[in-house]
Amino acid sequence: MSAHPPLFEVRDLRVAFGRNGFYSEAVRGVSLQVDHGEVLGIVGESGSGKSVGMLAALGLQPEGARVTGSVKFKGRELVGLPRRELRALRGARIAMIFQDPLSSLNPVMTVGAQIAEAVRLHNPDLSKRAALDRAKDLLALVTIPQPDRRLQQYPHEFSGGMRQRVMIAMAVANDPDLLIADEPTTALDVTVQAQIMEVLADLQARLKLGLILITHDLGVLAGHADRVAVVYAGQVVEQAGVDDLFARPGHPYTRGLIASIPDMTVEKDRLFSIDGTPPALGRLPEGCPFNPRCVVAQDICRRETPPVRHLPDHSAACHFAFSAPESAA
Amino acid sequence: MTRYILRRLIAMPFLVLGIVTLAFLLTSVTKGDPLTAIVSDRQMNNPEIVAAAKAKWGLDRSLPERYVIYVGNLLTGDMGTSFITRRPVAQDVLYRLPATMELVMAAMVVGATIGISLGVLAAYFRNTVIDHAARVFALFGSSIPVFWLGLALLYVFSVQWGVLPGPGRLDARATPPPLVTGFMTIDTLLAGNLRLFLDAVWHLILPAFVLGWAVAGTISRLVRANMLEILSREFILTARAKGAGEFRVVIRHALRNTMVPTLTVIGYSFAYLLTGAVLTETIFSWPGMGSYAVDAARGLDFPAIIGVTIVGGVVFLVTNLLTDIAYVVANPRVRLG
Ligand SMILES: Nc1ncnc2c1ncn2[C@@H]1O[C@H](COP(=O)(O)OP(=O)(O)OP(=O)(O)O)[C@@H](O)[C@H]1O
Ligand code: SF4
Ligand SMILES: [Mg+2]
Repeated sequence: MSAHPPLFEVRDLRVAFGRNGFYSEAVRGVSLQVDHGEVLGIVGESGSGKSVGMLAALGLQPEGARVTGSVKFKGRELVGLPRRELRALRGARIAMIFQDPLSSLNPVMTVGAQIAEAVRLHNPDLSKRAALDRAKDLLALVTIPQPDRRLQQYPHEFSGGMRQRVMIAMAVANDPDLLIADEPTTALDVTVQAQIMEVLADLQARLKLGLILITHDLGVLAGHADRVAVVYAGQVVEQAGVDDLFARPGHPYTRGLIASIPDMTVEKDRLFSIDGTPPALGRLPEGCPFNPRCVVAQDICRRETPPVRHLPDHSAACHFAFSAPESAA
Repeated sequence: MTRYILRRLIAMPFLVLGIVTLAFLLTSVTKGDPLTAIVSDRQMNNPEIVAAAKAKWGLDRSLPERYVIYVGNLLTGDMGTSFITRRPVAQDVLYRLPATMELVMAAMVVGATIGISLGVLAAYFRNTVIDHAARVFALFGSSIPVFWLGLALLYVFSVQWGVLPGPGRLDARATPPPLVTGFMTIDTLLAGNLRLFLDAVWHLILPAFVLGWAVAGTISRLVRANMLEILSREFILTARAKGAGEFRVVIRHALRNTMVPTLTVIGYSFAYLLTGAVLTETIFSWPGMGSYAVDAARGLDFPAIIGVTIVGGVVFLVTNLLTDIAYVVANPRVRLG
């Protein structure tokens, strides 16, 4: 045990949505940890609970959601923390950016005003002038040309990539310890995606950010994450160091994700994809949640929830993790 | 943007001419005989008096001739003479228009304040008691006839409780301030008479509320719907993730994004307020265009009717133009596009 508590520690986080008094869990007992300056990738299909889980960790869950479990930031419990205290952390110590950089920016405020607002919310004594100066420096930091002119423009005058740079600038305005980037490149053109990842990686290293990088695309994480958590139907089904994960994937779902990474160097006729769709909210199959789609599923998979199996610094929730069943092809 | 406004300004005179023509024609096809308004029943039998009256008011000319005469006079600011008051219509209107504008503007402030506040509260606390209460309050205002509401409130607040004054713009015993703008609140201030100013405001409250409540419902429904839409947008999440408090999120981020449609509906509610003013003025003995129009219509006072219609139409055109300009100015996308 180190003397410092980890930067960010999630234990058994559960988020449930109620309808007619009956609750279904979208996040079903997630545990994660991010240390100072570490990059944790979270990968999973649409609807697996990535966004809802991270939002809930910051107290930003949708209305009517029930959140239980523990989320500790530098040892301090965030679940149930008074709103005022959560607000003091948000945007200051913990920042978040979202998938669609156009809808994430306020269309009727200039970019400068929005960044300056982020600065002044946590430095109320700072003058507007000083906050705008800081905003200009931040735009330069994310390599937006002509920051002086750009400050006075509105979001719709920016391209998608430029808008995401603005979001990043706003997120790091108060030099946070942790940045949660929820699919920061999904909505962007392929060529721009790489540039944004570069900006993020550069800032992460320079500011020694703890970074949680949420994505659909395991390929993005290969070059950028230290560790990866694979999420399926609201649970972490595999967690490992990034090299270890690619070298020895323990869960069939992870193997499917790796196989479906688009390979730029090899011409493939058809991209591999995992058959079927993830279970709808509240409609989990009996046994292993992945069994209807799993190519190596056995009888036991349809009866019993798999235990979490461990290697050193590597875990996977599969009956046959790290030891493929005899009959597997 | 300047080109757009210029285009609108150039169109204005043509629209006004259209209103003039329409008002003139509509009044000319009505069945009533305006002679009965000028000439008493007994004198009707005297052909000399009748002929003289016809000549004086131009009633013996053909319709196109009367139209040309009318437009010509209008260009010099002459709207003819009222059959009833025997004063120039332009003078009557000049005296009465500010009274109406004061009432309508006060009603607009009341309606917008109530409507926006209710809409914001209802959206933020959607499907709660607050939301339902706001809906009932708004429904009340827009479904109860103005004259009934006016009489009921007058009875309760003025007659029964005596907390608000009765009809009129000032206490009947008070000496009105010198006429400058025709806005009682402004003229009393210009006269440096604070007590009279407060009295004018005091008299304005009830009619403005009666009239404003009627449009508050429309505004609050629109604001609620727009706020619901905006509050679900991602930049609201961004604002919260920045550490903004709920008040700032709602007012600075959400409400500001609904300002364009809100401004528009407030601007267009002006037409409704002008119409509503007719009844409100009658109930509250408000010496404005509305009560003037009612008197003119009752007395078949053609010059007054046409005059009121034209002025009302022009006021309507101007507010719509201002609304459209405000729409452009408030919307960065349109402004820069
Ligand atoms: N407000 C809400 N009410 C009810 N259910 C919700 C609500 N928001 C999200 N959910 C459910 O929670 C589940 C997880 O959604 P979430 O947005 O976290 O997925 P995600 O992993 O971020 O997907 P994506 O990759 O598409 O962003 C989904 O099944 C969704 O239906
Ligand atoms: S437990 Fe069975 S069904 Fe689930 S992932 Fe492992 S092999 Fe597939
Ligand atoms: Mg998501």
